Amino acid sequence: MKNPDSTPAAGGPQITRRSVLRGALNTAGGLAAFAAAVSPLRDLDRDELTLERFLQKHYKEMTPDEKDRALQRIAAEVERRYAARPELRDLPAMDGVEFAYALNLGRCIGCRRCVHACVAENNQSRDPEVQYIRVLELPRGSVDVERADHYYDRPAVPDPDHFYMPVQCHQCANPPCVKVCPVEATWQEPDGVTVIDYDWCIGCRYCEAACPYFARRFNFAEPSVPREKLNTDMTYLSNRPRRKGVMEKCHFCLQRTRAGRMPACLEVCPVGARNFGNLLDPDSQVAQILKTKHVLVLKQEANTLPRFFYYFDEDFPRNRGSAPARGSEAHRKGLSLTVLNPQAAQSLPGRGRGGPA
Amino acid sequence: MKTYLTFLWRCFRMSFNGDWRYHTWMFVLTAIALLGLNAYCRQLVHGLVMTGMTDQVSWGMYIANFTFLVGMAAAAVMLVIPVYVYRNRDLHDLVIFGELLAVAAIIMCLLFVLVDLGRPDRFMHIFWRFNFPISMLSWDVIVLNGYLLLNLHICGYLIYCAYRRVPPSQYFYVPFVFIAIAWAISIHTVTAFLYVGLGGRPFWNTAIIAPRFLASAFAAGPALIILTLQIIRRFAGVHVADRSLLLLRNIVTVALTINMFLLVCELFTEFYTDSAHVASTVYLYFGLHGYAALVPWIWTAVALNTAALVILYLPLTRSLQSLNAACLLMIVGIWIEKGMGLIVPAFIPSPLGEIVEYSPTANETLICLGIWAFGLLLYTIMVRITVPVLSGQLTINADSGGSPARAPHLEEV
Ligand code: SF4
Ligand code: SF4
Repeated sequence: MKNPDSTPAAGGPQITRRSVLRGALNTAGGLAAFAAAVSPLRDLDRDELTLERFLQKHYKEMTPDEKDRALQRIAAEVERRYAARPELRDLPAMDGVEFAYALNLGRCIGCRRCVHACVAENNQSRDPEVQYIRVLELPRGSVDVERADHYYDRPAVPDPDHFYMPVQCHQCANPPCVKVCPVEATWQEPDGVTVIDYDWCIGCRYCEAACPYFARRFNFAEPSVPREKLNTDMTYLSNRPRRKGVMEKCHFCLQRTRAGRMPACLEVCPVGARNFGNLLDPDSQVAQILKTKHVLVLKQEANTLPRFFYYFDEDFPRNRGSAPARGSEAHRKGLSLTVLNPQAAQSLPGRGRGGPA
Repeated sequence: MKTYLTFLWRCFRMSFNGDWRYHTWMFVLTAIALLGLNAYCRQLVHGLVMTGMTDQVSWGMYIANFTFLVGMAAAAVMLVIPVYVYRNRDLHDLVIFGELLAVAAIIMCLLFVLVDLGRPDRFMHIFWRFNFPISMLSWDVIVLNGYLLLNLHICGYLIYCAYRRVPPSQYFYVPFVFIAIAWAISIHTVTAFLYVGLGGRPFWNTAIIAPRFLASAFAAGPALIILTLQIIRRFAGVHVADRSLLLLRNIVTVALTINMFLLVCELFTEFYTDSAHVASTVYLYFGLHGYAALVPWIWTAVALNTAALVILYLPLTRSLQSLNAACLLMIVGIWIEKGMGLIVPAFIPSPLGEIVEYSPTANETLICLGIWAFGLLLYTIMVRITVPVLSGQLTINADSGGSPARAPHLEEV
């Protein structure tokens, strides 16, 4: 901008030495106040502000070369922070696979081992602690989540008057969280798992508001994982360490499951309440369960078409008599946990947008 | 081009000119804005833990203020419509103050969204991968920025024409005025859809939210304009006819009545049905399982709005003072209703039935105050410039407010 002040000062009676001095003082004062206001920025983490990072593309837009470079950069960053060389890779979805989970409510004893195995496996922040799985303790005969105790703390579980319902991301086939994301930082993979590009998320938390299962977790603070606790087996879309200000959630342990292993929560479960597998393989355990058991999905009325199913196994002793009796409160209030017809359950995931045809 | 730059420069100079009251006011606003900036820098360094938000209540004060201000911005049309559609002469010269208010409000809205982002450094990701038209947030980005541009254009054009002492060409702004009218409705509707579209949040998932948004905005917005116009009349010497204020009073009365009526409809549906979906509403109005942080707020809002309505309807209170009182009451009432009353309870109880309450932290509050101060600062500057330009004091060849010494320099056009 051309500065008309460059005309000789003599031209204006206002522009005296005094007024110039006062103007300079005011400007200096203003600048000093501004500098003081932004001074906390000195502690900003420069790691996050490199040009490379700034220019990194969306996961789906990266060429193989660019992906390699991004992986190397992230690995170097992790090594700097945790002093351990991670085995960071990008595992794509396998053809003909659609993952699903089936959880036996009759068996679950509410020990929360899955919660902690998940934290250890997926490099969640320990302080503040971020957990993907919530185990709800519900009074027998009720499936009203509003009566659930999230923070039950008993000397011994299970309590005979309660049953336990672990909730994690349901990998919906019609996921509201994906729909709302303004920058497509979260999407459904061909194997049915909804993932997040932690380098693309802008942290608006719209998806968190949209999820009907309280499955998403936001990094309000910088996550902290003790160096010796870092799980170095990691992939881009799953358990690589996150930074503050981005969303994360359960991803069915993609670093394991896409390599043919079982999720950590399943492996640790002492009573075998958890079943995981490929829906498209008719012999898989989950496909069998969907075919032979009465399975339920949580909040069916939300039409999210979860790939996470609950069922009560009639054979297990702990379960005896816990099915809601006719006329009981569960029977009346059981609207959100509706028994799904097994055939309907089978045809469900195929209707999903991301599911393989 | 040069004329334009000179114009901008003189506007800049103008914004520093004023009496001691003006300087004190500006100094205080700048100080608060800087405090807010300081708080925001701290939030940038430590993350959103500096706020009271949690995974359970993942939106708070920022989004609440954002929602309220979208309404304020949209309400400028309540001045525009009488003038351009019904050819009301009284309001004609005042429209611009409403439009400037819209500009300031939208800028505040955008700032509130920016401070709510966990990763503001990545906001340009919306240019590379924009989830349009699926995500309502992407719609909101478009309509808000569009509205800002429209109003900047209209105001800027009119002011610049007045400065150059040429009559504005109808073609350059009247079509935009009409687009802006429709657009104003859209910003508020889209913002309502942001919440209404979430099936997992029964409190929001109702069609009445969008109409209620508009009704409350058209009450609180013109109410703010009524107060602002009187301040401008008092301190900037602009002629504002009492008749104009009374016309706005009618608009406010109707809008507030509709708002209260819709509230009754909403409460009836929720409480009479008494389904599982009523939990958030119960929490808001009566508390749930012993948690009742929002109860005093919402009843305050109800009381304020009712009081405002009564004042507006009583024939005894046709005076300006009582109108001002009513405006003040309803602005605060609707601010609470839109903020505390609309955003926060949707998160309580959480989708898994957990009750986690929310209260803003000091840092978060400072950021909010800072943005408000910054918005007021902007608005004051804009009015400070507009008034002398429109009244012919500051024009291309006369300059009584600034320094006459530079006048010859400007005559080369
Ligand atoms: S459970 Fe929630 S986070 Fe997971 S896919 Fe469904 S909506 Fe998304
Ligand atoms: S928080 Fe991240 S993933 Fe979620 S909607 Fe916003 S940008 Fe998308």
